[in-house]
Parts: sequence; structure tokens; C-alpha cells
Amino acid sequence: MPNLKDLKNRIASVKSTRKITKAMQMVAAAKLRRAQDAAEASRPYTERFNAVMAGLAASVGGSDTAPKLLSGTGSDQVHLLIVMTAERGLCGGFNGNITKLAKIHAQKLLGQGKTVKILTVGKKGRDALKRDFGSYSVGHIDLSAVKRVGYVNAQDIARDVLARFDGGEFDVATIFFARFENVVSQHPTAQQIIPAKFEQDADADVTLYEYEPGEEEILADLLPRGVATAIFSALLENAASEQGARMSAMDNATRNAGEMIDKLTIQYNRSRQAVITNELIEIISGAEAL
Amino acid sequence: MANVQFDLVSPERRLASVAASEVRIPATEGDMTAMANHLPTITTLRPGVLVVVHDGGMDEYVVSGGFAEINAESVSVLAEQALPRSEVTQEVFDRMVEDARNALDHARDKQKDEPDVVDAAAKLLSDMVAVGTHIGLDSKQSSFG
Repeated sequence: MPNLKDLKNRIASVKSTRKITKAMQMVAAAKLRRAQDAAEASRPYTERFNAVMAGLAASVGGSDTAPKLLSGTGSDQVHLLIVMTAERGLCGGFNGNITKLAKIHAQKLLGQGKTVKILTVGKKGRDALKRDFGSYSVGHIDLSAVKRVGYVNAQDIARDVLARFDGGEFDVATIFFARFENVVSQHPTAQQIIPAKFEQDADADVTLYEYEPGEEEILADLLPRGVATAIFSALLENAASEQGARMSAMDNATRNAGEMIDKLTIQYNRSRQAVITNELIEIISGAEAL
Repeated sequence: MANVQFDLVSPERRLASVAASEVRIPATEGDMTAMANHLPTITTLRPGVLVVVHDGGMDEYVVSGGFAEINAESVSVLAEQALPRSEVTQEVFDRMVEDARNALDHARDKQKDEPDVVDAAAKLLSDMVAVGTHIGLDSKQSSFG
């Protein structure tokens, strides 16, 4: 049986762990609210943007002159996987789920004889993929210095991706991130961004627009922005998911610490009692022997 | 007078949503004014000043690019970067010009064989500088070297 002093130290250490996890949970809750607000604020832009793009893509998409970002390069041999994860851990299965999805995807593509290239955003994803897929990595984007993701960050990533696309480095790009459902569930998602896919509501009113300049010029201008927009909304979803995941992970940790403290306290009290009883027995039997 | 529903959104936030009687848009091919019952139009923007006239007066925004969707009842402007004019200080403006200049340098550097891209970047920069003149800010770097 561990002695009393050891038990006491353990209880103290678990207590301070609980304090830390509790604090982290509250910080995550505050950050989550901010992240959700940011995601909310970007929604009108994204929705409108996609609606316009869907209309444009539908009218131009079929022609031979459609931009490559929309129609593809005509091959799907080389795939770029953009794996977006958090910069920090301690957020439950958040990073693991995203990298797992990316790994499965990569394995499937390799099985089909395709070439896979991986671009990681966020330190945790890079670390997780380093062992099995390190040789496929073509780059890493570090956002650890960024406190709050802005559109500028998305533009930087998009610029990098587009430069690679223009350089003919890949044919298809897919982003991996976690879609925020609610605090307890975040869905790892794969979304193809190049060639771009836009879904159009079949029953949406089709307004015939006048385009200025022409449809194709507008499309060529907007498609690169579409990449940035898609990346931006993925970054925001990811930020919200990360905080949500961290919040529920820390909530669990706090609860576990509480249970552990209860158990240890019982054990501590029992052993203390045992020591007292022992001492009493010794005194009594000593007195009787006289 | 009939009003149009005017929305100005950037990826980061919704800047304005008002019933406007008139919206002046810095479109790529020249300024245009949208009022109620405008022909449905989609146009791209150049860096410039967007003016919204509504019952409460007139608001001005500096936009860096993006596009506008106009139809009979509404005008939606989706700008990559948009700021109320009052928030565009010399410092902010300098940074915007700097960004445009960097984009141009980058284009000159990497895409020499595509004059269109370089021209587009150069135009972006000159538009940006013109914005400064328009709102009374001086672009410190007025040379176009």
C-alpha cells in the first residue's frame, strides 16, 4: 500500500491538473464563441459567392475554353491533398480524425496508381503524416503565429496552391478539414477545390444576368478567388471545430480528474484510518502486556 | 422613390445592409450607378470608392476588388477587402498600395511571359493609387518604377 505522503502528493497533483483542464475548457469555450461568430460572419459572402459561381459555371462550363480551374487539366493523375489541422494538440480526436481521413484517401489514390502530393497546414497534421507519408510532402504552411485566421491567411495559402497549379504540379486538389456541426461533433471532410465544383439548386430562380466584362473573363477572375474562399471557410470551420473538440476533451478530462480525486481521497482516508487503528492496537496490546 | 436592398459583404464580415436609393459601383469597365429596376448584371470591381445613398444620407466604402450582383430589387457587393472610408487612414492605405505593388512585382517576376497578368497587376496598382487621390490621401510611392 502506498504510504500516506505519496497519496497526498498524488491528490495534490491531480487537483492541479484539474485546475488546468478546467481553465483550458473555459478558454476554449470563449474562443469557440469567437470562432463561431467568425464562421457565421463569413457565411453570407460564401453563399452568395457560390451561388454566382454556380450560375456562371453552368453557363460557361460546357465550352472548350472554360478555364482549367473549372474544367480540370484533362487528367487526374496527380493529386494534391491539402491537410488542414490545428497547430496545437489537446483537442481530443480532432487532429487524428482529419489525418486519418487524409491517410485513407491517400492510400486509396496510391492504390489506383495515382501520384499523391501532400501540403500540410498546421503543425499537428505535418507531424502525424511525417512517418507514413513524409516522402509525399511538398510543403507546409505554418499558421502558428496567427492568432485569428483572416482572409489574408486563406489568400496566402490559395496563392501558394494556385502557383503550384499553374506550374503544372498537380491536376486535382482536395482540402481536408473538420466541418463544425456542434460542440460534440465535428466531421472530418474532404472537399475538392480544383477543378472547382459548384452545386446549383435545381429549383433556384434563374435570373438571366448581363455580364460585364464577359462571362469568361469574370469566371477567370473569380475562380482563383473561389479557391481562397473555399480555403477560408475551411479554415474557419476548422478553427471552430478545434475549439469545440478541445472544449469537450477538456470537459472530459476535468470530469476524469474529479473522479480520480474522489477515488484517491477514499484510498487516502482508508489508509489513514488503518494507520490509526494500527497504532491503537499497538498501544492497547502494549498496555495489556504490562 | 423605390429603394434597392443593398448588401456589402466581405469574407470576414457583413459591412452594410440597408435600403438604398442609389449605389455607385467602381466596376472594372467604369463606374456605374445602380438604382431600382436595374437590369440584372454581374460585374467585377476595380479598387475604388463605393458610394451608397440612402434615406439617412450617404456612406462611402473603399473596396479593393471583388464583384457585384445587381438585379431589380437588390444590389450585393462581394468585396475581398472593404472598409468604411473613415477607417481608411494613411497607414491602412499605404498597406493596400504596398500589397498591390508587391503583387505587381510578383507578377513581373514570375509571369514575364504573360503580359496580361502583369498589365492587370499594374492596373490594380494604379487604381489603388487613384483611390488615394480620390479620398485625399497621398500615396507616398507615386513612382511607377
